[in-house]
Amino acid sequence: MSELEIAGCSKYYKKNGEPMCALAETDLHVKNGRFVSIIGPSGCGKSTLFNIIAGLIRPSGGHVLLDGKDITQESGHVGYMLQKDLLLPWRSILDNVIIGLEIRGVSKKQARERALPMLKNYGLGGFEYDHPDALSGGMRQRAGLIRTLLYDKDVILLDEPFGALDAQTRMQMQNWLLDIWKDFKKTVLFVTHDIDEAIYLSDEIHVFTHRPGRIKATIEVDLPRPRSEKTLMNDRFLTLKKELLLMLREEQVSSN
Amino acid sequence: MSDQLKDNEPFIEDPSVRTTKLRRRAFVGQVLVGVIILFLWEFLTRLGWLDSYYWSSPSTIVRTGWKAITQGTLLQDLAYTSGSTILGFVSGTAAGYILGLSFWWSELYSRIFEPYMIAFNAIPKLALAPVLVIMFGIGFDSKVVLAFLMTIIVAAIAACSGVQSVDRDLEKMLVSLGAKRRHVFMKVVVPTTIPWIVSILKINISLALAGTIVGEFISSRQGIGRMILYAGQVLNIDLVWVGVVALSLLSIVMYLGTVWLEHVLMKGRAPKS
Repeated sequence: MSELEIAGCSKYYKKNGEPMCALAETDLHVKNGRFVSIIGPSGCGKSTLFNIIAGLIRPSGGHVLLDGKDITQESGHVGYMLQKDLLLPWRSILDNVIIGLEIRGVSKKQARERALPMLKNYGLGGFEYDHPDALSGGMRQRAGLIRTLLYDKDVILLDEPFGALDAQTRMQMQNWLLDIWKDFKKTVLFVTHDIDEAIYLSDEIHVFTHRPGRIKATIEVDLPRPRSEKTLMNDRFLTLKKELLLMLREEQVSSN
Repeated sequence: MSDQLKDNEPFIEDPSVRTTKLRRRAFVGQVLVGVIILFLWEFLTRLGWLDSYYWSSPSTIVRTGWKAITQGTLLQDLAYTSGSTILGFVSGTAAGYILGLSFWWSELYSRIFEPYMIAFNAIPKLALAPVLVIMFGIGFDSKVVLAFLMTIIVAAIAACSGVQSVDRDLEKMLVSLGAKRRHVFMKVVVPTTIPWIVSILKINISLALAGTIVGEFISSRQGIGRMILYAGQVLNIDLVWVGVVALSLLSIVMYLGTVWLEHVLMKGRAPKS
């Protein structure tokens, strides 16, 4: 199975001749099948960390290990989804979600056959042949995630996937994501700045500090699953929320 | 009346009724305006308000044109001119497109050659026509080369702008899905640039025609351009008009051709993406 280990990864950029730290040396161990969130103020290097894990940028130091294998600077080992849906506007939804399979060399016909039931089961039935601009933001994010799932990697990185959605759609999407996670048993690493969302979804939350980003605290979310709207009223939920709020407020104060 | 509602029927608005009505009316109006222009042209020249020596008249043009078709070589000339125009247009646009796309592959290469592309664009290619005629002869080739040179750089610049408009995040997304550069090229860069190249097809078809005609003006044994030049020299202004009308018709047909090409290339895309 798949365990993700981030060992001492950091990223420094040069800005006006001065080295600037975007991400301080970070260690993170994500166990198989867990839903792990990273929360922190904006500009805390969360996205930098994700780009390093996905192999899109080169870390200044440290390694990324997947099941003990070094995958630093190698792309294509993990599924990655950003806040923007990044659907290709000239392709139908169906042809958008199969693009990862196409790249891997699966024939279009086979790929479509595999994707169709998936779209149907996860709320995109009837939209298969529509173009992205005919869909709402929530629907497009669904398509984006199904594309990532069809790519079929055990670890999935989600960078604020619901950040641009309104509150109601967001709640719907969170439940939808939990369903999918339960069905596919993926290891998920999730970035958000929404405390409720982090607690509601996760097994484990890492709080990042303001620039330079590094992990400040780790919180176990011991709420029972399956979770539902009732979870939001749970005392334990509120305690966790208070704890996180205080930690993030501290960050905001120290950054000012 | 269909507009009138029965008592208990709800009013259901159908915007398509309005648009079809509008389209039909616009078409009638368009035909009407054309007819009026032709009539005015005809009668003003007959009445002598417009000098028919310079302006000819629709009926004379048709008569002269018919003679040029049956007794002259109008159709052969038309085939000659359209052949070199289309050949130059297709090869120039395709070569320019490929040239523009190639700028995506290497930033160094694109930085080196971009100023040269702009410089080449600044050269008035038509001014080179006499040299080209000497280089490629007075036959078909020199006209194709002129049309090619007129179109290649416009296509290259359009493709280049298209390449620059490629969404970096789309590239990133594909790379995260394990894509190599050729995948990014085929699945993102080419589709992104298609609307850019489509948008210059109409410009290029007129540029190609201009190139061909100038080539024929300079030196040629066939073609509408040569016919117009010859007719002008012998002061047969009616025949000049025939040439102009023939070129206009050719231009319209080729324009419709690009509309069709546009339709093919943009197939499967949502309108206004």
